[in-house]
Amino acid sequence: MIEHDVVVIGGGPAGLAAAVAARQAGAEDVCIIERDKRLGGILQQCIHNGFGLHIFEEELTGPEYAQRFIDMARQWGVHSMLDTMVLDITPDRMITVVNNRDGLQTIKAGAVVLAMGCRERSRGALNIPGTRPAGIFTAGTAQRFVNMEGFMPGNQIVVLGSGDIGLIMARRLTLEGADVKMVCEIMPYSSGLKRNIVQCLDDFGIPLRMNHTVTEIHGKERIEGVIIAAVDQNRKPIAGSEEYVPCDTLLLSVGLIPENELSRSAGIQLNPITGGPVVDESMQTSIPGIFACGNVVHVNDLVDNVSTESAIAGKAAAMYDLGMFDESKAGIKVKAGPGVRYIVPNAINLTRVDDAVTLYFRVDNVYEGAVLRVSTDKSILFNIKKKIMVPGEMQHIKLKKSFLGKQGDISDIVVEVAGEAN
Amino acid sequence: MYDVVIIGAGVVGSCIARELSRYELSICLLDKEWDVASGTSKGNSAIVHAGYDAKPGTLQARLNVKGNELMEQWCTELDVPFKRVGSLLLAFNDDDMGELYKLMEQGRTNGVPELRIIYKDELHTMEHHISGDAIAALYAPTAGVVCPYELTIAAAENAVINGADIRLGQTVQSIMRDSDSFEVVTTEHTIRARYVIDAAGVYADDIASMIGDNSFKITPRKGEYCILDKAKGYLAKHVIFQPPTAMGKGVLVTPTVDGNILVGPNAHDVNDKEDMATTAEGLQEIMDTARKSVPAVSERDVITSFAGLRAVSGDDFVIKPSDVDSRFIIVGGICSPGLTSAPAIALMVTEFLHQAGLIIDAKADYNPIRKGIPRFREMNEDERRRLIAMDPAFGRVICRCETVTEGEIIEAVNRPIPAVTLDAIKRRARAGMGRCQSGFCTPRVMEIISKQKGIPVDGITKKGGRSIVLTGVVQKGDAYDDRT
Repeated sequence: MIEHDVVVIGGGPAGLAAAVAARQAGAEDVCIIERDKRLGGILQQCIHNGFGLHIFEEELTGPEYAQRFIDMARQWGVHSMLDTMVLDITPDRMITVVNNRDGLQTIKAGAVVLAMGCRERSRGALNIPGTRPAGIFTAGTAQRFVNMEGFMPGNQIVVLGSGDIGLIMARRLTLEGADVKMVCEIMPYSSGLKRNIVQCLDDFGIPLRMNHTVTEIHGKERIEGVIIAAVDQNRKPIAGSEEYVPCDTLLLSVGLIPENELSRSAGIQLNPITGGPVVDESMQTSIPGIFACGNVVHVNDLVDNVSTESAIAGKAAAMYDLGMFDESKAGIKVKAGPGVRYIVPNAINLTRVDDAVTLYFRVDNVYEGAVLRVSTDKSILFNIKKKIMVPGEMQHIKLKKSFLGKQGDISDIVVEVAGEAN
Repeated sequence: MYDVVIIGAGVVGSCIARELSRYELSICLLDKEWDVASGTSKGNSAIVHAGYDAKPGTLQARLNVKGNELMEQWCTELDVPFKRVGSLLLAFNDDDMGELYKLMEQGRTNGVPELRIIYKDELHTMEHHISGDAIAALYAPTAGVVCPYELTIAAAENAVINGADIRLGQTVQSIMRDSDSFEVVTTEHTIRARYVIDAAGVYADDIASMIGDNSFKITPRKGEYCILDKAKGYLAKHVIFQPPTAMGKGVLVTPTVDGNILVGPNAHDVNDKEDMATTAEGLQEIMDTARKSVPAVSERDVITSFAGLRAVSGDDFVIKPSDVDSRFIIVGGICSPGLTSAPAIALMVTEFLHQAGLIIDAKADYNPIRKGIPRFREMNEDERRRLIAMDPAFGRVICRCETVTEGEIIEAVNRPIPAVTLDAIKRRARAGMGRCQSGFCTPRVMEIISKQKGIPVDGITKKGGRSIVLTGVVQKGDAYDDRT
């Protein structure tokens, strides 16, 4: 049997940051298990720039951002097993892996960090009716084909969903000479970042059709067209608004789902809203010694946030392995109040907080001029006036340890939106 | 010149090919699609019915019960997963109870063993997630589930191993006949054969009319289905039916052999024999109806949906030598319980050929055994170790959702009927069948097909024909040079 102090599952941005932080915090033997042939995860196919503004204060491409962390991991002597699939994790941190060099192996880990990332929602999950031809891709798969494999997924393209990858791919395929006809978004607002709508659609004259969805797929062998329709307030297609759009490709950018099959089989408690593990301020899951970070917990907009959050998980995992992790229960519950879809972390143990704890959350609608209210079971802590909040952009609030310490014996922290949705 | 040409490589045509390949016969199995099991055989309920539904005395009644008996041996020999999970036909009120008793009697007349009615307590002990409104059920322990395309693929492969030819991607355009043979003209070839078997599914009537036999008409009856994530596999342990309607056996909720839950079908007659499109209304209809049996069935858990066409011709199968020419055997109207009946149909057709004068001598070296592709996902640790020791490619996971290894995909590509399209790989090795629906594994599967077969990646199709996956290269930079 192989033993490692800290085993990190997934070598994307979350796993890399966690592994580096674990080493920095004193864990000696840290190993990343990655199913791809190289580290870096999905960043390797994100060749556009805009990464690293917060952490490195410069604009990097995805591979550049990943390389910074890969270099750090190397400097810190982080081990990695590439092209290796994790088949199972037990609650006592026995990990079964398989690859084509060493076959099946069992690894015993002092602590585990889950950093498996997320997957894209597929056509099937949307249940879009129609035929089942070639030419329907999730935006990320198309991105891999274009940026890593060097192939075009098609020439006349309709994008369904205005998630960031869809917006990025609308631009990317336009630059490669494809005719991107439109991006349809079923919601009245985009789930992507504002800057991507401007830089990827507006700058290239690609129409964004809000409150529209694809209601039917046509074509027997290769997709030949789609029917799009306007939707009402309940997101149901409005009869008579149908429009046939010829195309040879449909890209889907309709949401990301944290990949938690391993977490589930280990018996880790999952949050039904995010689909990711319930975690505390140290990113510890419901099973002691198993931590989680990045998109496996909740889908982030910015990789910088992933790196920051993952460093917390990595450090805590190292402490756990070293026997220096305070295992007392997290005393404060963190709750999403009205207007807040979900919040991470879900609990706080103040004794484990160094200086401050950051709460990450998303609102459930577009709010202009609303107030974010943070309160405890005892009192309102503070209100923050926000010019605009949209579901597509993650919010965060930093709470100082010293400030929380002054609140006495609190059991709940609630974040809510006080104000009307637009 | 072939002894027998079989038109249609669905489950019926493939089972007939397999059965005939026992004998000293030259056989050609033909299909217009680029893989076997590309029509009704890939879009149905995947049920091995017990046999109580059909009216006594009909072909359906006889062949269902016989096919159910044969299924176990066929699936064992062909290494096809078959699970005799049993079926429950639910009753929600007194009228339904009447129906249950009627069907139980009918089943006993048909020769279905072990049928009995179970009442609320026992029913809810057997199935924890069925509706509280269900008051009783007709329990048929001999019913089961099988993978219909795997059975088809296995039967066709076994036929090929035993010497049958298979020709895919060619449509029959006309059939001439003279006193000693038929000339089947396809879009690619002209095939001569002494006997013709018309197992063309929804097109069986069109094929028969090519020799002037217009004695039956096929109406395609569309059925839509949804597949639920394996995480919801606990929702049903048995095949759960609702009382049948005039259009068929109604919406069912059933486990599949692979551990998913299958929901469907509805039943709507359509005009177009290629109309396998799902509809928003139809998918809504089946999910809503399914919730009557199992309330926890949810759109949230759907990983994919599909539709299939049942070939309906009146109230029974049409299996007979043509009145125009007894060397032309019609196997038409094979709607439900066609899958269950397929092995029995194969025996029946062989008998018709014999009666029509075909001499059938057993082949000395006939091998009834077909070994399937190893299923890494279903193995225990020891089996996995042995498999990887044999070939390290079985240690490399390509499809993460279904845990399908490179070794399995390489084997699928190199089977007796090679899988060179994404759908063919999917149906043989399950890569792409899981919850991400091939998002992650598509590029890797294409790379394997390309490498194994020497096909350029952008020449690979989803299902043959013009179903090209990629439309060309991005630019002729370094990446391109690396590839070529």
